[in-house]
Amino acid sequence: MNSAVIVFPGSNCDRDIASALTKLQFKNKMVWHKDTELPKSDLIVIPGGFSYGDYLRSGAIAAKSNILKEVIKSAKSGSIVLGICNGFQILIETGLLSGALLRNKNLKFISKDVNLKVVNNNNKFCSKYKKDNIISLNIAHNEGNYFTNKDHLKELEDNELIPFKYCNSKGVISNESNPNGSLNNIAGILNREKNILGMMPHPERMIDDLVSNTDGIDLFSSILN
Amino acid sequence: MKFSVIITLKKDVLDPQGKVVQQTLQNMGMDSLRNLRQGKYFEIEINELDEDKAKNIIEQMCEKLLVNLIIEDYKIKKL
Repeated sequence: MNSAVIVFPGSNCDRDIASALTKLQFKNKMVWHKDTELPKSDLIVIPGGFSYGDYLRSGAIAAKSNILKEVIKSAKSGSIVLGICNGFQILIETGLLSGALLRNKNLKFISKDVNLKVVNNNNKFCSKYKKDNIISLNIAHNEGNYFTNKDHLKELEDNELIPFKYCNSKGVISNESNPNGSLNNIAGILNREKNILGMMPHPERMIDDLVSNTDGIDLFSSILN
Repeated sequence: MKFSVIITLKKDVLDPQGKVVQQTLQNMGMDSLRNLRQGKYFEIEINELDEDKAKNIIEQMCEKLLVNLIIEDYKIKKL
């Protein structure tokens, strides 16, 4: 499977995701934000970092870059698109995913491992996880507090468009297990067609027992599947 | 022609930064402070002499980039 990782000035998780993809048998290409063509790819990844220094709003400037026009076209024609952390913020700013990512409720940059419940696995990104699996992934962000209007929230819940929610080690989803104030403990969302996933946690950091755990692998093997 | 744009969070959107500033001011003894919301301010100069046209351009700038309409409101004023 071919993959493409988009690189902006200020991206800092691009190498991590590239090495994760290569390790998991993707043929990966890096694509610079000024490029106007995407290489043929089955998966497009928008990585984490601080694209354009997070100026204006996180992801707002990157969403208007040359290459994003191509990503939007490709996403609308059904390509699989994964946005992690700043990548999620960028997908929101393009309008490919709805809602907004506000500043963390406690106003702190949060960098730690968190527990997540796979609340919906009926999609291309999570089929290898079992429903209600509890996994541990790393988060590292300042604006991950997901917000949307009531109608959209209902649409997300009713149509199984929320794959991951923050929970505690026993799987309880509550205010106490919510690190950033995110609505309904949402850690990631899909678009209605389920070909685009945006998530704050970093699965690419969880693919090797030597440095962390391997809970992120199933996300990539689900896509390969 | 010069305009100002003020961007504020919508009423029902939580403003944690504003809350902290408010609490700090209240801790400093500003007892009459009832509510504080934090926003953004832009000054924009454009090459257009017709005021309506100019306003229209500023509006486009707001809707296409400067403002996140899901969580923010904006006000344009001629300077």
